[in-house]
Amino acid sequence: MIELVKNPKYDFMAIRNYAFMFSAVLLILGIIGTVQIFRGKANLGIDLAGGTSIQGKFQKPFALDEIRSLLTQAGHGEATLQKVEGENILLIKLRSETGREERMVADPVLKLLRDKLPGNPFAVESVSEIGPAIGHKLRQDATWALAISALAIIIYLAWRFEFKFGVTAAIATFHDIFAMVGIFWVLGLEQDLLFITALLTIGGYSLTDTVVIFDRIRENIRLRKRNSFSETINLSVNDVLSRSLVTSITLLLAVLALLFFGGDVLRNFALALVIGLLIGSYSSVFVAGPMLVLWRGEKMTEVKR
Amino acid sequence: MWKSITGRITLIVVLTAAAIIVLIPSLTDRVPAAWRDKAPKINLGLDLQGGVFLRLAVEIDKAIENTSMRYADDARAVCREKGLPVLAFQKVADGGFSLRFPPGDFAARAQATLKEEFPSLDVGLGEVKADGATVIARMKPAEIQAIRTNAVVQGVETIRNRIDQFGVREPQIIAEGEDRIVVQLPGVKDQQRAIELVGKTALLEFKLVDEGASLEEALKGNVPEDDQVLYQKSVDPQSGRATKTPMLVKKRAQLTGDTIKTAKVNFGDQGGGAYVSISFDTRGAKIFDRVTAENVKRRLAIVLDDTIYSAPVIQERISGGEAQITGSFTPEEATDLAIVLRAGSLPAPVKVIQNVSIGPSLGQDSIKNGIRAAIIGGLLVVGFMAFYYRFAGMVADFALVFNILFLLSGMAAFSATLTLPGIAGIILAIGMAVDSNVLIFERIREELRSKKSVRASIDAGYDKAFMVVVDTHVTTLITAVILFQFGTGPIKGFAVSLSMGVAINLFTALVCTKVVFDYLNAKNPMKTLSI
Repeated sequence: MIELVKNPKYDFMAIRNYAFMFSAVLLILGIIGTVQIFRGKANLGIDLAGGTSIQGKFQKPFALDEIRSLLTQAGHGEATLQKVEGENILLIKLRSETGREERMVADPVLKLLRDKLPGNPFAVESVSEIGPAIGHKLRQDATWALAISALAIIIYLAWRFEFKFGVTAAIATFHDIFAMVGIFWVLGLEQDLLFITALLTIGGYSLTDTVVIFDRIRENIRLRKRNSFSETINLSVNDVLSRSLVTSITLLLAVLALLFFGGDVLRNFALALVIGLLIGSYSSVFVAGPMLVLWRGEKMTEVKR
Repeated sequence: MWKSITGRITLIVVLTAAAIIVLIPSLTDRVPAAWRDKAPKINLGLDLQGGVFLRLAVEIDKAIENTSMRYADDARAVCREKGLPVLAFQKVADGGFSLRFPPGDFAARAQATLKEEFPSLDVGLGEVKADGATVIARMKPAEIQAIRTNAVVQGVETIRNRIDQFGVREPQIIAEGEDRIVVQLPGVKDQQRAIELVGKTALLEFKLVDEGASLEEALKGNVPEDDQVLYQKSVDPQSGRATKTPMLVKKRAQLTGDTIKTAKVNFGDQGGGAYVSISFDTRGAKIFDRVTAENVKRRLAIVLDDTIYSAPVIQERISGGEAQITGSFTPEEATDLAIVLRAGSLPAPVKVIQNVSIGPSLGQDSIKNGIRAAIIGGLLVVGFMAFYYRFAGMVADFALVFNILFLLSGMAAFSATLTLPGIAGIILAIGMAVDSNVLIFERIREELRSKKSVRASIDAGYDKAFMVVVDTHVTTLITAVILFQFGTGPIKGFAVSLSMGVAINLFTALVCTKVVFDYLNAKNPMKTLSI
């Protein structure tokens, strides 16, 4: 039998204050990041912010500066340019500014590149143009999706466990989502629709982790009535620790494959999942259980089954 | 059935056979044609096979205004015929217009006439002043509602006709909400051309050129009341430079594109450019015959979406009901023009508010990378499980193979769309699948540690892990379903593969693995378990 941890007896509850501090920092970053998103100041993807993005390939090497000056002359000084080294691939992003009329600029920009660089043809690989109204609607939909999932999950867990368990699980889940938003904001990484997908996936995964631990807590409350509630939680976390580690490792293997072999389009998404998995494993050990103690106190009232 | 080992094995065998049969048409084209064409298949999303996604905003208000202005033109023409002098004309709010008449009973007579001639208008008398009286006409609410509905429904129909003639496999054109149309064209290579084809209003009008009035004056802003300035665009074939020539034409169209019967592309003699020849239906032919007869030696401008394509001089009366549109067309442009003329004009102009075009090569790269990542990720997970849980891990891997098989065939059965995030969803479903077995195996290990027999440990492990596995799956399913409800395009694909994977996993992780252990324990109970 291979075991990652043998008969673990770590005292997780002893360091819960440090964990709370760490979580508070993550949450603050997350809240700032979220506010920035709604202020339109975050590094939002074109699909959420509205605007135009063009990806294409030049036949020959090109100079980024030359393209930038061409675009600036044409009144697109705000464009973000990105070059994929070695492949002559250019990525142009033009965010739509708030309050400006919806207009499509892919055509004129492509025409500009064609006209001004006749010796170096630009083959378009993808174009996306999204009006700000659409971006706004997607942001709204995503917010709704988050709110409704939270509600549905609280209801389900309140039914399966008890109300406080449901709310705590939802808080632990939102902790992870905020933390991811915060970390992406600090790193300046782009947040697009795929990022939101990653948020919801991690939400689901972290919830799974929390449910597994809660299930153990419920069982241990019944079996060991003499313990205090925090002892029970410590015991339960240790009981399921090897499961948490093994699952995290297998998921991490799958997601790392996505990160390294999934190509450019999925890179940010995979990175978000890697970060989220780490945070999710942390939160189910250090956030969900201790929060439950804070709220429920040390009473060992039995949880319905 | 759940107790009987043979029963469970039979169920698994039957399901596997069904899954393979359903999946075959998605994997290969080399099956009998009847099966291939009828069987449901996994669709590839736009991000994987390339193509165009367009969201169009239908400018309904403009359609209402255009209709109202057409009524206004007709109304003035009728008034003139009846000898009722229109002094002034004005647009009014809510799709209406007002006409001012000199003092006397002109306004009253005009009101009666217009009421009789245009049953779809509400015609009322405006204020009466010393220098005249006005008549105010508005479209009836029912008429406006009809335009509103028609703009989207007819728009979808027209775009579908155009796309069908352009030739796209499995296009999707659907109305969204009250004033949106979503167009998905998978696999389209010439994307710019497709976008133009979809978005063109294609309102064809024949308008007389006003040679009586001065173009210079009009360009200074003094446009005669019944006229408008339109431009003719032409491209010099040598330099490729585009020029715009202004022309003064009558506002009123003599004939519009809705009377066209067919349109086709032709090529001029001695290598001349492509042109489009159109033939009118009976009504159109009659009008065209009259217009050409009455206006010999005058110029007739052929106007498409307010741009003049050509303005030939009418040499003689044309009775056959045929006409040609020339211009400096490339063969593709001429083909597309013929398509839009055949399919008809959009009832209201549309504006592209979202355009996502993925080139076919990028799509292929994505699918290659996605599949490679899925295979590598899958192998890593399978390898880790076999390494960590030995024999039991291999049993879990065996269940994983069934999980993936059932997932893919499930997607085929529902003709679900596989997108790039969908592949990511499959990878995550694999992770979930493994997690269920990890939960069970860790429980079995605990039971083994408490010195229970192998068989009792396995049973207790499955029993105790059962509810928590169900709980974790239900919570994931809740998020996946909500994601499906609120997500768009590619994200929906993620939700589809994740939710299917999770649902299937409840079966494979709990039933497929258990049956292996039960089978091994059936005759002589296992003494040891490699886990």
